[in-house]
Amino acid sequence: MTRNPITLAEQARNGQQAAGARLIRMLEEGDEGALVGLRTLLPHAGRAHWIGITGPPGAGKSTLVDGIVGEYRRRDRRVGVIAVDPSSPFSGGAILGDRVRMQSHATDPDVFIRSMATRGQLGGLARVSFEASTVLDAMGYDVVLIETVGVGQDEVDVVELAHTTAVVSIPGMGDDIQSLKAGVLEVGDLFIVNKADLPGADRVVKQLTAMLHLREAAVDGWVTPIVRTEAGRAHGIAELVDVFEAHRVHLETSGGRERNSTRRAERVFRDVLGERAAARLMAAAPDGGEAVLAALRNGELDPYAAVDALLGEDETVDSD
Amino acid sequence: MADRTIRVLLAKLGLDSHTVGVTVIAQSLRDAGMEVIYTGLRQTPDMVVQAAIQEDVDVVGISSLSGAQMQHIPKVLTRLREEGANDKLVVVGGVIPDEDAYALKEAGVDEVFTMGARTADIAAYIRDWWDHRNR
Repeated sequence: MTRNPITLAEQARNGQQAAGARLIRMLEEGDEGALVGLRTLLPHAGRAHWIGITGPPGAGKSTLVDGIVGEYRRRDRRVGVIAVDPSSPFSGGAILGDRVRMQSHATDPDVFIRSMATRGQLGGLARVSFEASTVLDAMGYDVVLIETVGVGQDEVDVVELAHTTAVVSIPGMGDDIQSLKAGVLEVGDLFIVNKADLPGADRVVKQLTAMLHLREAAVDGWVTPIVRTEAGRAHGIAELVDVFEAHRVHLETSGGRERNSTRRAERVFRDVLGERAAARLMAAAPDGGEAVLAALRNGELDPYAAVDALLGEDETVDSD
Repeated sequence: MADRTIRVLLAKLGLDSHTVGVTVIAQSLRDAGMEVIYTGLRQTPDMVVQAAIQEDVDVVGISSLSGAQMQHIPKVLTRLREEGANDKLVVVGGVIPDEDAYALKEAGVDEVFTMGARTADIAAYIRDWWDHRNR
């Protein structure tokens, strides 16, 4: 298969999964040519509804995604899925097992599932989640579901990526105070209480309701719903997709979609700027920054002084 | 900023439900720095091929402990060829009689690892193939 990014982008737009997959792979590998292909796709992206599904490990995110894909397929929508699992901090390898729960769509040509490893990215997503979602969007998938890694309290990057973010909770995760914490619980456009047949589900719903009452009313008038599901038995999934649809319509009528795109563009700009500027500075330094890194490693420089040295900034401070 | 990571699909076909071997292999390949996409049990050849394409894996690994390897694996090879995805390394592991191993290799399987193969050797075999392919 070709590695010409322009050809791949064209083929991907014509619906060739192999081409889209190869482009995503090249983007993931940091292939600079792949960005050229991606940029030809950008004008064709922007139609899909990007939905983030986040929550703690074991909350049933993959099973929910499987059910959500099925429901959208019943509604005749084509669905792309980005399923993120963690990379090993030791070997860099990963076991990506989200597909195990998504077998019912394994031969549906209108479903595209791509597993991604975080590859060192913090925040609950893979490094090129935006780029991969853009490829799926431009390929004509109506919905792009982004399943984060199992998150704790602060991995909220998905909010800046997705139009709609669903936070999954389950019974038995902790006492009331957990629901007051900043971070993940602040970011949901909706909350899912999964495994709603388990004891304690009512209590979780009550806690979330109480938390939402304390939250300032959203400026744009969206009232955050709580949806009960039993993903394993496909209960509550149609209602959940109704809520996704309601939020999509809400965003379109309230201008939220544009705000979302602007915020996302700015975030991607900052990320890419930071990455490329840092790479360029390192490359521009004599011996590719190795001397500074060596001085850092043997303790001659602290991290701040090392940055100053690389930037050529005077580290002496007037002290009088 | 090349970040070339070997991606491997691991699958079990048909009614074969013995998962210990494939789990051990998955962990050892992860520890060797590879990304392992595990698709679970009861796969059909079509499911394996679609997953291999969507995930753009370099390696398709099939674990077979049920004796049904000759029913399923040649179909996977045929479907990969039909989809133009036959640039992938295909390895098979499990309880494979010699005559089946021979037949599978004739059909296009790159390597067969039978009982007693060391996990480190499997990772090394994949790494060697990768290094050669990328020069």
